[in-house]
This record gives sequence, structure tokens and C-alpha cells, in this order.
Amino acid sequence: MIEAELSRSVQRWCPGATGATSAAKLSGGASQETWRFDISHPDGPIGAILRRSPKGYGAAPTRAAGLAAEAQLMQLAFEAGVPSPRVMHVLTPDDDLGTGFIMQRVEGETIARKILRDDEFAAARPMLARQIGGVLAGLHQLPLDKLPGLRSRSATQEISEFDRDYRSLNWPKPVFELALRWLRDHDPGPSAEVTLVHGDFRNGNLIIGADGVRAVLDWELAHLGDPMEDLGWVCVNSWRFGEIDKPVGGFGSREELFAGYEAAGRKVDAARVRFWEVMGTLRWGIMCGGMMQRFREGPDHSMERAMIGRRASETEIDLLRLLAPRGD
Amino acid sequence: MQDEPTPIELTKAVADFLRNDITPLISGHQAFKLRVAINILDLVTRQLTREAGSDAKEVERLRALLGVDGSVTELNRVLAGRIAKGEMDLATPGLAEHLWATTMDKLAVDQPNYASYKRELGRGG
Repeated sequence: MIEAELSRSVQRWCPGATGATSAAKLSGGASQETWRFDISHPDGPIGAILRRSPKGYGAAPTRAAGLAAEAQLMQLAFEAGVPSPRVMHVLTPDDDLGTGFIMQRVEGETIARKILRDDEFAAARPMLARQIGGVLAGLHQLPLDKLPGLRSRSATQEISEFDRDYRSLNWPKPVFELALRWLRDHDPGPSAEVTLVHGDFRNGNLIIGADGVRAVLDWELAHLGDPMEDLGWVCVNSWRFGEIDKPVGGFGSREELFAGYEAAGRKVDAARVRFWEVMGTLRWGIMCGGMMQRFREGPDHSMERAMIGRRASETEIDLLRLLAPRGD
Repeated sequence: MQDEPTPIELTKAVADFLRNDITPLISGHQAFKLRVAINILDLVTRQLTREAGSDAKEVERLRALLGVDGSVTELNRVLAGRIAKGEMDLATPGLAEHLWATTMDKLAVDQPNYASYKRELGRGG
């Protein structure tokens, strides 16, 4: 039934389009509704993706940049040569599709486990850590004066927010308390440089092909802050999908990531990256708690959401591995 | 005292039925959901099997560490509060060992295949 609205929409803004077919809701991406469909066109079908307003949303809604900002950021990234899909249309009330946007479909794989295991990506895998460094450097160089209005967060503010989010769960977790103390004690203070931060740059939010990174997705947590945050988040153990000795998304080493970043003309602060990795691990743990809460309180009473609640303990073991490692 | 089969046996029977008899009949997104459902039942079975034993040990460790008595939830609240206030930290004798033991018991239920857990299990649990 979504095809009827999509058909009417594409005929309004895509010259020559005659309708929309093959609409299917994509699984994966827990925080936004994403559909794939084809635009019927006399020159042949055009692959497209619809992103529209969330239903059950994991992070606190105040953290989201909003779909309009997301569309603007993807378009800016595309124009600057950062791998990103081209935005085709920002939804208006006339579209009757909610809020969101339609973008060009980039072919490739987003499912992290497939990227890490399938032969198709065997040649790309060893290059990815370094390549990701280069992509992040490009993203951090997007001109600040062209960005949409975004929230700005220092490490200190983030720690306070995590503390509040964790306490709102009313769920005693000694390991999280330990992590919060560690973060306060190791807060590196304001970053000398403030840039665009993607906010959810990780294996699972990248479209990968045999040639490497084809697109960066899920810009909804973009904000202004310490660029080292993105380098720390991409190393969080949960995004290594089992390849725990390859910190960068299960692809490769921090050294490769840093080399790719610096080759693109930017500086790495390894101590700050480590701080943000601890921060990111706790952040994912608190997000898992948020999923549990959303499941329990009803906005998304799905089994998947319930099970993500049970992933908080993976961040506890990873926090212990970071903060209280045991000998061999 | 309730009759048998036990909850563990009953839950396991349902999981096995879904896994062996229903999985071959289902495809697409419903197959994904079915896998999640089976994973949930397996988790519940693991928790029913292990929880009483691991909670008892956790309470024992917490009582020694904190010098107070209470339920496993109450004692965790006390510990969380003391860490938050800076009264206990990784320099406190026994705290790191307690947190490791407790976390390993959680992973044994939540995600026994999680790579970090398997690595740490290889260090002797």
C-alpha cells in the first residue's frame, strides 16, 4: 500500500517517472524506518531508498539530528566526495509518507557479519581500516558554515547525559558506575578543534562493495564535537562482530585507521580515541538499557528489542576488558 | 512444590519443536523472527538452569565485600552507590574479581557465544 503513495510522490518530482514498484521494508537499522523500492522510468528502473520518521527509537529522541538535517548532511557529504548516497527528494506533507527523504540506492552490503565472512569482500577487507580513516577525515573536513543546525556536545556534557540516562533506568549496574567514574577521571576536556561528528560511524552503517566503502549511512546522530569520537566509536568491540583482535570494525588495526586519517591531512590524538572507545562502549550499554525500557513500556514490544536489552552485559565485559584487564 | 516437567524441560521442549519442526517451513522475515524467538527460549532455559546458583554466589561475594546483608538486587544497589560515591574502586581488594565473576555469569546466560566472553573463559573463567 506504500507503493501508491510512493508512485504519486515520484511522479511529482522525478521527470519521466511513471510509478513505484517492489517496495520492501528493510530489516536492520533499529532506529529508523527504511524502505527500498524502484522508480519506474522509461529509461529503466531507478533504485531508491525511503527513510522516514522513526517508530520505536533506541537513543533518546533529543539526540537525533532530524531527518531534514540528515538529508542535508548526506547531500553535503556526497558533494564533498565522501562516499554517500545522492538525496533525490525531501518529503513534503503532499507526499503523505510522513517526514523523511528519498535517496538513490547504492548497491552493496551493510550486514556486518557478511562483510566480515563472505568471499566477495575478501579483497576489500584488508584495506577497510585504512580506507575508513580516509573517509572519516573527509567527513571531519566538511565546512562548518554549510552544516545544518546541530547539537554540540563536549565529553563532559556527554558523561552527564549518560549518567542521567543510566540513572533513569533505575537499574543498578556496578560496572557502569565504574565506567562513569573512570570517564569523569579521564575526561580530556574540550577538544581544541570542533568538527562535524557522524555519531554512529561503524561496521553495520556502511555500504561495502568488493571495492571498499561505497556509502556512509545513518547520519541521524550527527552533531558537533570532538572528531576523535568517531574514531573511538568505530573501535567499540560490539562493532567488531566477533573479530575482536581487529579493533576497527573487525577489519584491521588502529594503526591502519590512524594512518588513513593522517594521510588525508588530519591529526589523531590516540589518548582521546581510547577515551571515546570507553565512552562508546558505555553508550551502547546504556542504549541497550533504553531498548529494554522501550520494550517494557510498549512503544516497541518486539522480541528483537527485548533481546537487545539483554546485550547490555556484552558492554560490561568489554568495559572490564578495557578498564580492569586480566593477565594472560 | 510444583509438579514436573520443570520449567527448564518445558521451555526446552518448545524451543526444540520450533527449531526442528517449524524452522524448515518458514522463510524471509518470519524466519528471522523465529530465530529470535528460539534464541529467547534458549536464553530463558540457560537462566533457569544457572540463575539460582550464580545469584547465591554473587550474594555471598557481595556480603563479604560490603559487610551488609540483603537480596541480590539490594546488594547491587549498595555496591553501585559506593562506587558512584568513590568509596570503592578498582583498588578495593576483591572488587575487580567480583565484577569479573558476576559479568561472566551474565554472559553465560545472555550470550555464551560472545567472542570477548569466550576469550575470557579461556583464561580460566
